[in-house]
Amino acid sequence: MVKGNKTSSDTVSVVDGDGDQGCFWWWLVHKGTTTTFLIVGLFALLVRAAVSLHPYSGFANPPKFGDYEAQRHWMEITINLPIQEWYRNSTRNDLSYWGLDYPPLTAYQSFIHGLLLRFFHPASVSLFTSRGHESYLGKLLMRWTVLSSDLLILFPAVLYFVIVHYGQPSRSRKSDIGWHIAMLLLNPCLILIDHGHFQYNCISLGFTIGAVAGVLSGMDVVACVLYCLALNHKQMSAYFAPAFFSHLLGKCFRRKHPLLEVSKLGFYVLGTFAVVWWPYLYSKDSFLEVLSRLAPFERGIFEDYVANFWCASSIIIKWKRLFTSESLRLLSLIATVITCLPSMIQQIKSPSNRGFLYGLLNCSFAFYMFSFQVHEKSILLPLLPASLLAMEEPFIFRWFMQFAMLSMFPLICRDGLIVPYLALLALFILIFDAPGQERVKESNYFYNYLGATTVRLVLFCYFILHIVYLTMNPPEKYPFLFEAIIMNVCFSQFVLVNLGCNIKQWVLNKPTKLEVDKKFI
Amino acid sequence: MGKQKISSKGVQNSCCTIATLWWFYLVAACIKVLLFPSYRSTDFEVHRNWLAVTHSLPLSQWYFDETSPWTLDYPPFFAHFEHFLSMFAHFIDPKIVHLQEGLNYSANTVVYFQRGSVIVSDLCLLYGVYRLTRNLDSRKQKLIWLLTIWSPMLFIVDHVHFQYNGFLIGILLISLSYLEEGRDLLGGFFFAVLLCFKHLFAVAAPVYFVYLLRHYCGGGIGRGFIRLLIMGGMVAAVFAVAFGPFFHLGQIQQVIRRLFPFGRGLCHAYWAPNFWVFYIMSDKGLAFVLRRLGLNVQTPTATFTAGLVGDSSPFSVLPQVTPLMTFMMVLLALSPCLLKAWKNPQPQMISRWVAYAYTCGFLFGWHVHEKASLHFVIPLAIVAVQTLEDAKHYFLLSIVSCYSLFPLLFEAQEYPIKVLLLLLHSILMWSAFSAQFPDGAETARPHTEKKVDRHESSKGSFVIGWIEKLYLVGLVTVEIWGQFLHPLVLGDKLAFAPLMLISIYCAFVIMYSWIWQLTSIVKSR
Repeated sequence: MVKGNKTSSDTVSVVDGDGDQGCFWWWLVHKGTTTTFLIVGLFALLVRAAVSLHPYSGFANPPKFGDYEAQRHWMEITINLPIQEWYRNSTRNDLSYWGLDYPPLTAYQSFIHGLLLRFFHPASVSLFTSRGHESYLGKLLMRWTVLSSDLLILFPAVLYFVIVHYGQPSRSRKSDIGWHIAMLLLNPCLILIDHGHFQYNCISLGFTIGAVAGVLSGMDVVACVLYCLALNHKQMSAYFAPAFFSHLLGKCFRRKHPLLEVSKLGFYVLGTFAVVWWPYLYSKDSFLEVLSRLAPFERGIFEDYVANFWCASSIIIKWKRLFTSESLRLLSLIATVITCLPSMIQQIKSPSNRGFLYGLLNCSFAFYMFSFQVHEKSILLPLLPASLLAMEEPFIFRWFMQFAMLSMFPLICRDGLIVPYLALLALFILIFDAPGQERVKESNYFYNYLGATTVRLVLFCYFILHIVYLTMNPPEKYPFLFEAIIMNVCFSQFVLVNLGCNIKQWVLNKPTKLEVDKKFI
Repeated sequence: MGKQKISSKGVQNSCCTIATLWWFYLVAACIKVLLFPSYRSTDFEVHRNWLAVTHSLPLSQWYFDETSPWTLDYPPFFAHFEHFLSMFAHFIDPKIVHLQEGLNYSANTVVYFQRGSVIVSDLCLLYGVYRLTRNLDSRKQKLIWLLTIWSPMLFIVDHVHFQYNGFLIGILLISLSYLEEGRDLLGGFFFAVLLCFKHLFAVAAPVYFVYLLRHYCGGGIGRGFIRLLIMGGMVAAVFAVAFGPFFHLGQIQQVIRRLFPFGRGLCHAYWAPNFWVFYIMSDKGLAFVLRRLGLNVQTPTATFTAGLVGDSSPFSVLPQVTPLMTFMMVLLALSPCLLKAWKNPQPQMISRWVAYAYTCGFLFGWHVHEKASLHFVIPLAIVAVQTLEDAKHYFLLSIVSCYSLFPLLFEAQEYPIKVLLLLLHSILMWSAFSAQFPDGAETARPHTEKKVDRHESSKGSFVIGWIEKLYLVGLVTVEIWGQFLHPLVLGDKLAFAPLMLISIYCAFVIMYSWIWQLTSIVKSR
């Protein structure tokens, strides 16, 4: 770009006058990907820091508070009890009060953050006495732990992905890359849940992005290790497991010694698991003890209002009344596997980088739609591959993001985060449609399928729904009427997106396939 | 051929330009909205009280009310502005505008309303910037928008600390844009209006006076005299509209007493990084040396921040400073600029001159707030894109003046926000300036043949010199010392030292900027 300026500053100005998208962002992108990433990254951090000023879930809401208290309680437990007792119910560790129910990596992360909190503000993590602790400094330190995790894991992972995905960009693509970095780092749902509601999704999602980048760069071992870390931070990362499994399996089949390759990857997977689980491997009982904490089968098939199949169809079919919990578990498992199958088969048959990204989206969507015990926050998982595909599928990405936001709206209202919700939604749309970045082209198949009028109509309903939810009281007979409407609207759109992406994955054109083949021969 | 193409796209372009400008504004607005729950200073309650005063009391009581310690001390137009806002405030939550019950009211409604009103009033800044930049080429336009609409100083002062500077500076920019177009009458009109909003802007009045006298009222004695009458009549009319009612009520003395509160000290509680910092420090240094030499130097009882009490001077060695002296010094510092304006009143120089006037006011003025640096940093952004030298000067100045605002937000919660704002601004500015002034380009921007500006003689690329680099490293050191090392090493001792250090360190660059501006004005033709 710098060179280009040197030789053709005259032509640049003419092109610039025409609003050419390559030049519009010259002030942002001309220094190269790293500087662009730095600028967008600083902006994303600023947004996160600003969101973290707002209240968190369960703020001043005893006796159980919310996710913030859960995370704080885990810090309290992990720094005060020996490692073997973290998952064990005892007089010192009451599991019914926000007992640890995430895999060991979350526990280690809580331990490290707990040490930090103890150093600056011991009262906020002292055993027993700190329950429901809320203070200015406590909130600040907790918020900063999320900010720093984001900065240490998600941000480098995004940079890794962008470098791998785009390689050496041509001049005109530079502003595209800037846009994509912004889309990845300014994901409003993720920011709201992590820095508003309070969770550490950035860690497991960051590891997942790193793993995806590893796959794309052909470093399967790195990908395996990173994905195992993601899985060991939040078991929900298993939503991506079929995609990783099928893609890597398909790749191994195309090499000289498939069995050797598979066992090599298997070795790394088991090795990573063994390292993470080491403190619990001394006896079978302790291992099972931890494992049983991770599977929340005693809870229902869905919680509150989720825009998935079970919740949406429960208006007509009362699943919870008709079936026992066990049969529902089986039913959801079968449904999930069936919906995952098409994309898995496609990847085993012809693994490709692009197909892998679609596969991630389709598999995680299948889990969101049909698996057992899904919350509204789980939408973050399918959103991740959608944001990785933002360049290929701008319209789908935008559509999906908007309805993902809507599906979390009732939760956000409960947390008192309406202001950041609206600001982040506006910011997302502004940056998505930044001047000089005409993304949604008329030729987009999904857009064409829906038709311009329908799109406008649905968007109109979208905004009306927000206003209705905020201003009107539901009829007394149906107190959750609006939630149900929102969930069904979101569900219908999610089905559309999911179907569209499944078809897209299957009709991926052949050249990409050949490209991959060449790479591996 | 190329020209034809450009002109045919002209209409579409201007529409696209406005859309882009809105985009800049809206992105900033999103961040401002996110900052709603951040720390707010007593200025928030000050403005809330003014809403209540103007809403619940008749005009005759505005400048007499003392229900709250934060009495109305801005000129009448600002009071009318608050009155206008209070109508909406009353509609949203009547408690906001209640004189007694509203005291220190801090519900979400009042926070959202007042913070929102600042964001909306920033539209005035947006319009001012638009007027000033609409005839520039699109690259310069975007640079200027970047520097003004996304100015971190405005975020810190207006949207966290809470004030309406964006709105007021917007009026200043509108006035400057009319002057640059040669429409002097309107330029003068808007400046008069601005003075009736906030009288602190009067520092630039001498520049306006000389410029308008020479530029507008030139051309023959008869014509000049008539024009002088027109201009004088118009300014008088604006002031009559603002102050007339109070004159009629016989309250003009009370209004003046409120606007010019004597009895304030030379410095504000936190010393603004200006000339007086050096003066005070050299006084301390001299006293120390003389005491060492065995002379009997009395320790002063008065402080710099308090008002003048009796005869006691806050200085031990150096002479006492009075408001009149500071006034004379400002005028003296302004005189080269006034001379230039008298000799050759050029419209394209007016922004520089006005910015220079505010720099002088900042450096030598009486009881200057650190926030006043906004008055010259924002107008200087308009000229910063003209030449490489301007850009280099602006780069350092805007970083330092933004940093000098850091003590305003002293709570831990806003610490990452102010640091990120400054970092983002610096790196954006660096990226944008080095794109605007690329490596080894023979001439800066020979875009359009019709507009080969004489100022655009810059050669070379945008590189930060080693002195600047060293200085910026020092800035980081000062921050690290003040924030982390000082409390660790010295504990609670010398608690004022970090702030003093920031003042002194930043004052160097403000002094440098003043000298730089002065020489560039003197050198200009």
